[in-house]
Amino acid sequence: MATLESPPLGTPSAMRSAFGTVLSALILLLIGVLAFSIRLFSVIKYESVIHEFDPYFNYRVTQFLSKNGIYEFWNWFDDRTWYPLGRVIGGTVYPGLTLTAGTIWWALNAINIPLSVETVCVFTAPVFSAFASWATYLLTKEVKGSGAGLAAAALLAMVPSYISRSVAGSYDNEAVAIFALIFTFYLYIKTLNTGSLFYATLNAIAYFYMVCSWGGYTFIINLIPMHVLLCIVTGRYSPRLYIAYAPLVVLGTLLAALVPVVGFNAVLTSEHFASFLVFIIIHVVALVYYIKGILSPKMFKVAVTLVVSIGLVVCLIVVAVLVALVASSPTGGWSGRSLSLLDPTYASKYIPIIASVSEHQPPTWPSYFMDINVLAFLVPAGIIACFSPLSDASSFVVLYIVMSVYFSGVMVRLMLVLAPAACIMSGIALSQAFDVFTASIKYQLGRSANSKDDAEDNTSTNNAPKDDSSSGKTDKGEEVAKERPSKKGKKKEREPADKPSVKSKILKKRALVLPLEASIVALLLLIMLGAFYVIHCVWAAAEAYSAPSIVLTSQSRDGLHVFDDFRESYAWLSHNTDVDDKVASWWDYGYQTTAMANRTVIVDNNTWNNTHIATVGTAMSSPEKAAWEIFNSLDVKYVLVVFGGLIGYPSDDINKFLWMVRIGGGVFPHIKEADYLRDGNYRIDSEATPTMLNCLMYKLSYYRFVETDGKGYDRVRRTEIGKKNFKLTHFEEVFTSHHWMVRIYKLKPQKNRIRGRAKKLKLKTSSGLDSKPAKKNPWI
Amino acid sequence: MMNLSRSVALISLFLLPLLSFSFSVDNPTDRRVLVLLDDLSLKSSHSIFFSTLRSRGFDLDFKSADDSKLALQRYGQYLYDGLIIFAPSTERFGGSLDSKSIADFVDSGRDLILSADTSASDLIRGIALECGVDFDEDSSAMVIDHSSFSVSDVDGDHTLIAADDLVKSDVILGKSKIEAPVLFRGVAHSLNPTNNLVLKVLSASPSAYSAKPSSKLSSPPQLTGSAISLVSVMQARNNARVVISGSLQLFSDRLFRSGVQKAGSPNKYEKSGNEQFVTELGKWVFHERGHLKAGSLVHHRVGETDEPAIYRIKDDLEFSVEILEWSGKSWEPYVADDVQVQFYMMSPYVLKTLSTDKKGMFHTSFKVPDVYGVFQFKVEYEKLGYTTLSLSKQIPVRPYRHNEYERFIPTAYPYYGACFTTMAGFFVFSFVYLYHK
Repeated sequence: MATLESPPLGTPSAMRSAFGTVLSALILLLIGVLAFSIRLFSVIKYESVIHEFDPYFNYRVTQFLSKNGIYEFWNWFDDRTWYPLGRVIGGTVYPGLTLTAGTIWWALNAINIPLSVETVCVFTAPVFSAFASWATYLLTKEVKGSGAGLAAAALLAMVPSYISRSVAGSYDNEAVAIFALIFTFYLYIKTLNTGSLFYATLNAIAYFYMVCSWGGYTFIINLIPMHVLLCIVTGRYSPRLYIAYAPLVVLGTLLAALVPVVGFNAVLTSEHFASFLVFIIIHVVALVYYIKGILSPKMFKVAVTLVVSIGLVVCLIVVAVLVALVASSPTGGWSGRSLSLLDPTYASKYIPIIASVSEHQPPTWPSYFMDINVLAFLVPAGIIACFSPLSDASSFVVLYIVMSVYFSGVMVRLMLVLAPAACIMSGIALSQAFDVFTASIKYQLGRSANSKDDAEDNTSTNNAPKDDSSSGKTDKGEEVAKERPSKKGKKKEREPADKPSVKSKILKKRALVLPLEASIVALLLLIMLGAFYVIHCVWAAAEAYSAPSIVLTSQSRDGLHVFDDFRESYAWLSHNTDVDDKVASWWDYGYQTTAMANRTVIVDNNTWNNTHIATVGTAMSSPEKAAWEIFNSLDVKYVLVVFGGLIGYPSDDINKFLWMVRIGGGVFPHIKEADYLRDGNYRIDSEATPTMLNCLMYKLSYYRFVETDGKGYDRVRRTEIGKKNFKLTHFEEVFTSHHWMVRIYKLKPQKNRIRGRAKKLKLKTSSGLDSKPAKKNPWI
Repeated sequence: MMNLSRSVALISLFLLPLLSFSFSVDNPTDRRVLVLLDDLSLKSSHSIFFSTLRSRGFDLDFKSADDSKLALQRYGQYLYDGLIIFAPSTERFGGSLDSKSIADFVDSGRDLILSADTSASDLIRGIALECGVDFDEDSSAMVIDHSSFSVSDVDGDHTLIAADDLVKSDVILGKSKIEAPVLFRGVAHSLNPTNNLVLKVLSASPSAYSAKPSSKLSSPPQLTGSAISLVSVMQARNNARVVISGSLQLFSDRLFRSGVQKAGSPNKYEKSGNEQFVTELGKWVFHERGHLKAGSLVHHRVGETDEPAIYRIKDDLEFSVEILEWSGKSWEPYVADDVQVQFYMMSPYVLKTLSTDKKGMFHTSFKVPDVYGVFQFKVEYEKLGYTTLSLSKQIPVRPYRHNEYERFIPTAYPYYGACFTTMAGFFVFSFVYLYHK
């Protein structure tokens, strides 16, 4: 793009431009390498393995896709999950990620690079984060020039928030979706800047890819209409805006409806209504502009009065119909997750299953610092920079950051959407700051040397030896940035279309000139800030976000401990149980069980059927006999619980147990949360309520636990357990992993005989004993 | 002959270790039964009962209950297929036998005849309790009935009861009706009404009660009326069968032969119903009658023969299962009109009664419901006296594939028309707009 102006060859400015293009290409390549390699810590520290929960499902789907082809995948009815309901995978999954990885795998195999599906899956996320940084460069370049673009790309390549979702092995939708998100925004801005129908079509296709990839596409289809509305309201309507928006809505909605999981939702749910409303508005505005052009001002006034009066009536009717439509659905047409975005307390009030997921909780302040670090301080500066001057593109990124800050405040998961916005803003801020400081230095040096013409050459030679990466980038950025305003100015009809010479540029800059010393100090401080950011990001990538969570490690005095209990137990299941056996566990472990143990599960992380999950929650919070009946009715053979009390693994089932009670109680009211709490406190020691001490989850977690240390000291809850010696009547322990993290129980079959009602004959021989028959229990 | 068949049984025992059921498919009448007696004179006093068993091909092994070499199994293999315990007073068995090993014997699918009597020991009561039968707690109590006693009761305490309240089941008691009352002198027991595995075969009359005959009644008796069971059977969930009788005399030659006249009844019978009752019950308990076996569940789409791995919603399918009944000598087709199949996913979506071709094949056909999921074909057949059949087979049902829907819906033709006319109209409009003038 830097060569768009294409000055005559041979001139110094053409040379500089060519040099700049090559340099920025090189820097972009390095940014890509950085983005890829900073995400490899998990492979180096652990191994090349799929992480966490959802990635296992995606991995399993990709395996199916690579084995059976796309049509089988589309029509896949999975009978190994959500037993006995099953799940239509093809129609309920966002296929973008799997299709991407499947295509990569297929292409690599076609050119005789025999990578396994797992390898491709593991490295998809790092590859796409390189793409995402390049997309960020493109987007920011459209907004504020390639200097800002390079800075933003470099920041995004290592922003911890994004790393947390895209380390090697984190094979989740977000890995490709963030790229798609940024790229769609880039194409929208590109269309807005050029008014080209070609880019508008590309934009619709990029939007389609985003819809394929992630449910977060609703963010796009709401943000872009908001921006369009903003432009219209602030009087920035132009044909370019129309071309950027109208084709996107029409083509994008048609394409989105092609994705099975979206289907008619693309026109039926409230999430999409904003785009249609704005679609109508932009047409009205376009019509008004057109009519204004062909009518005399007086006639126009008459027409306006006429149209407004008729239009009001029509609007009222349309609004009434819409309200009636929306009100006829119980949630007002909004899905639960979307409602919890608008009203942050909605989920915790009404939908425990959404509130129970930790990534749906509101973030804490430290998590902002952890996830975007110094960007949080640079963003305000970036917003200010976007206002001088405010263009269509910069108003878009301002809107983007404002909205994403709000959403990230609602749900910690959406920090991921904030991260690119923060990177773009910070990139702009850094680039502008470097611009000002280097220009000041250049001007001050130039003034002292009394040779204004050499000023720019000096700057480049002065800055070139600095080998700090950020300074190198911004050095480059500054050069290109200087050419940008001129280009912009040509396009903007409002601004005078003069081609500014170097002289006029310096004259313009003079207003912002700072003292030499202040500039140098500020420059150094900025570089330090960048350095801290880099250090933090590398630390976060290496320490905080690289753990695969199926293998845990702990560092103690006597060396490194590895806890590989999950894979141990899943391997046990796959080797020791029948292929069609059903394994019940809390839904967190559903995806892993199907993918790693290849056993049928009752519920999994898809959480599409609240009743089914509530059934399992109820079973876990019921006493043994009732739980046995529930599980038996679901043909469950094995029950798997995760227990961290022995080694101090905090995210075990006992800590999740209250959510099981809440979710179970939401559907089956005989489960009451208060029964499990002693004076509002959740405790498992001797003060715990009898309901708690007798529920299945407690028993399965702490069965034989007292045999480990003689006291039954739980290292997560930091207390001795309340009920130590007890026997299981309807379940039998069949497997406990090395560190007791996973315990698997088998349902005992029904007793072959039913005993008589007399309790014990020995006690009964004395005839004086009152033989009031105890309540019959056919399983005892 | 006996030796040969025994060795056949032994071989089959070794060849078929997986066959945990006592009921040998090949030669079920050739079975070894251990008879435990507390007094070996019972062998002669109950000789008719034993000889009828022998005549039906059973190989009886008489042992004293306190024989120190008693063992039910050796090297993990059971030595016997059936067990008769006629040792009501034994406090401890000899050898390795105890109440738990007898319970395990039953749990392995083998059959048991247990007879208690007045002053039955805790051991015998304990075994009965394991099978769901509660004998009267008072060990010296007997069943007394002042209205339906046998007139031949010479003692005058009305403890020899002429009972005729038999369970109405041809399977348990044979096709020919037992005319004469059954004589019974012994201890009462009761069953838990919620226990669906046990069944009263011979109940006491409403006027019966359980008390000590010699002493005066100080408090109302705990067991009264038809709640008292005299002889009960239990069929465990693995189809092991148990007969529990409160009277050992029921099986004795003396009561077999004695005539009977129920008090207040003009009918006098030359011979009591005991022999027929005990013989028929013996046939049932040793699986000579009422034993069903089912082949595997067979299903396929209408017009096909192979079993599919998955069905689609609204498929038409055919289902069949073969059920055979053991006649005592060979497997005969089972004929019934009440066998049902469920197409089940958490609840039965389809419940169809199977029709039989009288050759043992039961079949039906139905349409898969318009619901996808993992279904099961379930045949749960529990009929009084018969062994329980519980078969299930899992089969997933998938929704339509993307290309299995109707391509064009007739009702939607106006919309198709609207679409294409709009497109054509737009084309014409563009053409006119662009090229006109």
